[in-house]
Amino acid sequence: MDIGRDRLDMLMQLMALEFTAVEWNLYLDTHPYDQEALALHNENIEALNCVKDAYEMNFGPITHEVASPCPWQWIQDPWPWEIDYKRGL
Amino acid sequence: MWIYEKKLQYPAWVEGCDLKIAKLLFAQYGGPDSELSAGLRYLSQRYSMPIPEAKAVLTDIGTEELAHWEIIATLIYKIIDNATPEELVRAGMGPNYVQHGRDVYPADAAGVPWTASYIQAIEDPIANLHEDLAAEQKARTVYEHLIQCTNDRGVIATLSFLREREIVHFQRFGETLRLVQEYLDRKKCY
Repeated sequence: MDIGRDRLDMLMQLMALEFTAVEWNLYLDTHPYDQEALALHNENIEALNCVKDAYEMNFGPITHEVASPCPWQWIQDPWPWEIDYKRGL
Repeated sequence: MWIYEKKLQYPAWVEGCDLKIAKLLFAQYGGPDSELSAGLRYLSQRYSMPIPEAKAVLTDIGTEELAHWEIIATLIYKIIDNATPEELVRAGMGPNYVQHGRDVYPADAAGVPWTASYIQAIEDPIANLHEDLAAEQKARTVYEHLIQCTNDRGVIATLSFLREREIVHFQRFGETLRLVQEYLDRKKCY
């Protein structure tokens, strides 16, 4: 499903930041005292929260833990496996 | 506790409809060295880990494997979604279509259903972590075999991402093994 350029751009940005968070998570699990890594992780989390809030406000929930107008927004299509990500590739 | 995030870890995409690679992708969906095996193996082994770093690594990598399992399913779904039964039969996916339709059922590339006998959890953290290191290497090899079997640029890009994750996980498990060994050595001194 084509979700339009604006939404796809912001979703891809969010996915990149979430992936960065996963990488820092695994690295910090085995290097819990690395202060430089911790600073970069904390910086990334700030950027991530910012983009996540903007995405959810504009396009719909990423998790079910957000307030919703009626009807319940969580069930709206598309689900992640239905989105066409290949634009620009 | 887990919570679903309505996004993929990687923007899985396919260029065309390479049904033959769809059939082969089941190796990483429900095969011995699949993402499913990896996820359930690590999440089963974490309870007996002796140090916080190891409990975290098994929890976090186990969780990431489930995200990879979803990426593999997405590739298969995107390829077979618009295929006709005739096309599926011609690509060797007839038995899968007859038994499961276009649902993504956890079986391997030959149709053998996933089984917990692919994995082990034996309490000994050294033994468990060695199995995990081997699992990451085997999964990397399966990804290399899969990449050799298709020309679809989207499938290759997505599989290349997943292959890299196997290497990162291998690195983290190696560090975890060293931390556990150091901990066990320290314990012996007392």
